[in-house]
Amino acid sequence: MIHAISLGIFLSLFWLLLSGYFKALLLILGLISVGIAVVVALRMEVIDHEGHPVHLTLRGTWFWPWLTWEIIKANLDVAKVILDPKLPIQRLVFRVKAGQSDELGHVVYANAITLTPGTVSIDVNDGEITVHALTRGAAEGLANGEMDRRATALVDGPGALPKDRAGDRTGGTG
Amino acid sequence: MDTLFDVLSWICIVLGSVTCLIGAIGLLRLPDVFARMHGAGMIDTMGMGMILLGLMFQAGPTLVTVKLIFIVVFIVFTSPTATHALARAALQGGVEPQVDGELEDSSSAGPGGDGAP
Repeated sequence: MIHAISLGIFLSLFWLLLSGYFKALLLILGLISVGIAVVVALRMEVIDHEGHPVHLTLRGTWFWPWLTWEIIKANLDVAKVILDPKLPIQRLVFRVKAGQSDELGHVVYANAITLTPGTVSIDVNDGEITVHALTRGAAEGLANGEMDRRATALVDGPGALPKDRAGDRTGGTG
Repeated sequence: MDTLFDVLSWICIVLGSVTCLIGAIGLLRLPDVFARMHGAGMIDTMGMGMILLGLMFQAGPTLVTVKLIFIVVFIVFTSPTATHALARAALQGGVEPQVDGELEDSSSAGPGGDGAP
């Protein structure tokens, strides 16, 4: 139920920001359409912590800036490789463990891998993600587990990390 | 102030365009389907992001900027899904990824790397 209410609030805000109208009639029409959308989503049973993960919004404030910075660095690396006349690629396919506790976490982690140029997740299976990497550097950068730790901290909360893994700054995102 | 935002805006748009151009060159130069996806990945992360950021500077603090932010958010959530679907389709279609070596991680005391398959 809490998810349905929050979906309603999000959709109303979305409607307001997209339309920019504040006339009574249009506001009422907007509210009616938001209501219909929420009822349809409820009947389809797609509103749960997976379909509408509000609980990630706050913790995401630490994850997204870090991921953005990683994406910028990875973009520069891939650009260098592409523009190099010798095209020094070294394609690798390997698996990484996804340490997150549920499928939502695996999706977040796999998407973060794909968003970073130089690594693409090509298969997700039983908590293992098969990754295609363009260069050895990109592969090793992923295999050191930093992104896995941060995605786990995002989805499961910093407390979910085992003691020996919580040593870095990720531990302080509570 | 207007000049400052104009300059920032153009820097972002030019950077984004250059990124898109390099991504396109990558699409042409890289040898196989899976490698080419990395070139495409540049376009829909930094190319898209920088161009839309530049447009936000043009729009200023208006509803247009809010809509541009929505576009960025939706692309960030949908483009990896599309890339993953493409990769899966290629795998299902029988395209074997060409590899140039193995990732031996002897140094993987970390939790992420679990050795090469």
